[in-house]
Amino acid sequence: MSPAIVFQQVSITYPDAPRPALTAVDLAVDEGELCLVVGRTGSGKSTLLGAVNGLVPHFTGGTLAGSVRVLGRDTREHRPRDLADVVGVVGQNPLAGFVTDTVEEELAYGMEQLALAPDVMRKRVEETLDLLGLADLRHRPLRDLSGGQQQRVAIGSVLTTHPRVLVLDEPTSALDPTAAEEVLATITRLVHDLGVTVLLAEHRIERVLQYADHLVHLSPDGRVEAGPPAELMATSSVAPPVVELGRLAGWTPLPLSVRDARRRAAPLRDRLRSSTPGPGGRPPVSDAGAAALRSRGIVVRYGDVVAVRDVDLTLRAGEVTALMGRNGSGKSSLLWALQGSGRRDRGHVAVVAGGATPDAVDKGGLDPSTLDPARGRRLVGLVPQEPGDLLYLDSVTGECERADHESGDIAGTCARLLERIAPGIDPGQHPRDLSEGQRLSLVLAVQLSADPAVLLLDEPTRGLDYGAKRRLRDVVHELADRGRAVLLSTHDVEFVADTADRVVVMADGEVVADGPTADVIVSSPAFAPQVAKILAPQPWLTVRDVRAALAGPTAISETLP
Amino acid sequence: MTSTVTSWGSRRRGSSARPSVRERTRRLPRGLHPGAWWLWAIGVAVAASRTTNPLLLALMLAVVSVVVVVRRSDAPWARAYRLYLVLGAVIIVLRVVLHITVGFKYGDHVLLRLPEVPLPEWAAGIQVGGTVYLEGLLGAFFQGLRLATLIACIGAANALANPKRLLRALPGALHEIGVAFVVSLTVAPQLADSVHRVRRARRLRGDNVRGVRAVGRIALPVLQDALDRSILLAAAMDSRGYGRGVQASPRIRRTSGALVLTGLTATCIGTFGLLDAQSPTVLGVPALLTGLVLAAAGLWVGGLRVRRSTYRPDPWRAPEWATAASGLAATAAMLIVGYTDPSALTAPLQPLAAPALSLVATAGILAAGLAAIVSPAPQTTTSPAPVWVSRSGTERTPERRPQ
Repeated sequence: MSPAIVFQQVSITYPDAPRPALTAVDLAVDEGELCLVVGRTGSGKSTLLGAVNGLVPHFTGGTLAGSVRVLGRDTREHRPRDLADVVGVVGQNPLAGFVTDTVEEELAYGMEQLALAPDVMRKRVEETLDLLGLADLRHRPLRDLSGGQQQRVAIGSVLTTHPRVLVLDEPTSALDPTAAEEVLATITRLVHDLGVTVLLAEHRIERVLQYADHLVHLSPDGRVEAGPPAELMATSSVAPPVVELGRLAGWTPLPLSVRDARRRAAPLRDRLRSSTPGPGGRPPVSDAGAAALRSRGIVVRYGDVVAVRDVDLTLRAGEVTALMGRNGSGKSSLLWALQGSGRRDRGHVAVVAGGATPDAVDKGGLDPSTLDPARGRRLVGLVPQEPGDLLYLDSVTGECERADHESGDIAGTCARLLERIAPGIDPGQHPRDLSEGQRLSLVLAVQLSADPAVLLLDEPTRGLDYGAKRRLRDVVHELADRGRAVLLSTHDVEFVADTADRVVVMADGEVVADGPTADVIVSSPAFAPQVAKILAPQPWLTVRDVRAALAGPTAISETLP
Repeated sequence: MTSTVTSWGSRRRGSSARPSVRERTRRLPRGLHPGAWWLWAIGVAVAASRTTNPLLLALMLAVVSVVVVVRRSDAPWARAYRLYLVLGAVIIVLRVVLHITVGFKYGDHVLLRLPEVPLPEWAAGIQVGGTVYLEGLLGAFFQGLRLATLIACIGAANALANPKRLLRALPGALHEIGVAFVVSLTVAPQLADSVHRVRRARRLRGDNVRGVRAVGRIALPVLQDALDRSILLAAAMDSRGYGRGVQASPRIRRTSGALVLTGLTATCIGTFGLLDAQSPTVLGVPALLTGLVLAAAGLWVGGLRVRRSTYRPDPWRAPEWATAASGLAATAAMLIVGYTDPSALTAPLQPLAAPALSLVATAGILAAGLAAIVSPAPQTTTSPAPVWVSRSGTERTPERRPQ
């Protein structure tokens, strides 16, 4: 088979960048392969993907040395629009790439540009609607679709031109586990049934690794290694829990799927039988722990849609609670209603810790929505889904000073917090030039400068690599240890397993499960982390727990079979 | 073979003969070509512009309203007709009020004596205050009614024709304008979302600034957001082949531009001539036709450089011809009456008399009402089941049929 995509000695340098984004990349992706691109944030994944159809450098600017050829066409002579019939590109945010506003027209748009005959278009739209299960949605406005549906429409809209190469940049980053499975199932079907070559970048490698035929690993220094997934994963800078467990147990070749690992794990399960999972290094919070926030009968509705339906939720000081549930189940609405700046149609919120005065506590606590925003944020802080919305000044220092002023802190408080959360950020940088993780850290520091008793985080792990997630976990744990209550809404089961003490699951605006992390997520097919699936029925959640148990008092030798 | 869903399905499957065009086009609900509705509405509007006869105008309003009520779909834009009627009523009231306050008054039957402000010689035609006569008031009312009928015609076109499908029917040379318009339509709600999000976020920082200072703090992130989004959209459009079919040669571009400009100028002159009954005949229909031909030729030449196709183009079949013709019949009737019996088109004010009802004009206006019969029933967007049977025109494989 001839390679579909060939990179020869490709180096890409953006204008004003101190060093190239990619250096001397040699890469060949064969036809019909699913090729997974992994690497830390900022390692050049998006640049690599953009180079495939010539968006880099035709659209973004910059210099490309070497050559990129797709099915024999050199991107030097072919602009992205000239490659539209062979390369389909789906971005991270499907809504931002939609040109029309209904499903059917969006599917047809690319074909109209290629001047396909009307009867061909008609047939392909119908085929694509069926292939992606979108037939019921054909007349629906794109904005009204759920995240998973939008992502499928985005994939469908490039499939109608019958491209032979599909490029996907984090197609599941905004999706809940079930919707992500749906999209990935579609992608693997395209690879297996239609022989489409897929190049896919993903941060949550655990979701995709098992389907990949080929792995491309971008090192932070711009080097690129490519090869079979199992070999590269042994030394990769980013690795999903299944691989980390495999590395810990010394399995070779490394298992990439839960199924492979489970077949190797019987001896490990025997070893672990005698020990019980620790609490991940955190003392358990007793049920009687002081409540920091009590809410009763919260209702949020938008017109006829009830987003949050009569929810009671109590957050305890020193406890990290994860809020899970599928896209559109009311998680964000609940967070905003608890914080007080969002919509709340009924119900009470009472914050009984931190800034509340003793007599307020006697009366049952303070409702942050009745206070002015400046006082409200000292009770409850919220980091929204798009942290960048909070930033509007032109330097990190400016934002920090502004935050000190807003919180009435002594100068430098926010900058010190930021240095603790994410060391080494250049204070003169523009907030927009920060990486996702750095921007989240800055907003976290801004919100923490008010020292709220309760901190709410909406989808904090979006776009973070494994290292950044570990740092976020440590920050969250430190907050909890200082007696703050933390509530984070997320789709990331591995992060929840690693971070949360308690999990609340929402569906259709109601709370359907609420309990200690292990109890709620271990038994769930969608929410169980990889380690739990591998070591079931034993209730292990994270590689960290397993490592601690193996190195613990029982002193199991490091040489496992 | 599974059981059929609708009677259409069974009939068409039962008979091996291809159904006649008449049967296909008349029976199946579908959206009429938006251009046909606009031609129809323009036909009635031109007819309305030629008369101040209240009977004819009222008849036109009734006919237009009936067609809208019978043939509008359940889409959001279809509900806008009522707004145009309200706007028309406001215009009538405004016209009458203007007549009473500053209009030139004339007539014999005194209605109201108001004090008059004397004005200098050069302000003839304006009269502030003064005695109000029945004749002048009626004249103003009829003029207002004519304007309201015109507005109702435009409203009818908007309610009956999907504005976006009209854009899709634009000739290839104007495709870019259509795309820009559609994109801006989708950007507006996104911008509103963005403002809402950033305002909420500002409050999270304890920032309760209102007024002018808040604008800067909200505008900056919103603009950045909009800029980011437009860059993403441009990248997506480029990747999907936008602009790929254009091979522009400067010569073709210049020819096309010159033709379109000349054509549009001639069209403007022609329209003016047609609407202004006093202008010479050559400035009316002949100039308009020449202009339209020139503009069409320009668009055709411009479209030569564009290679693009349209998904599910609206067909132009017999009902489209019939609808457009029924609207133009009203114009034709008015033109005929205008030549043979001009007085039938105006309401006699001096001396005051009951307006005449010309047979030809009445017949022409009623012919415009035929649009409610010759056009196909609109299809509903809310119930998906009949849609795919009727719209696709082809049968789907049996296993996909809902049981």
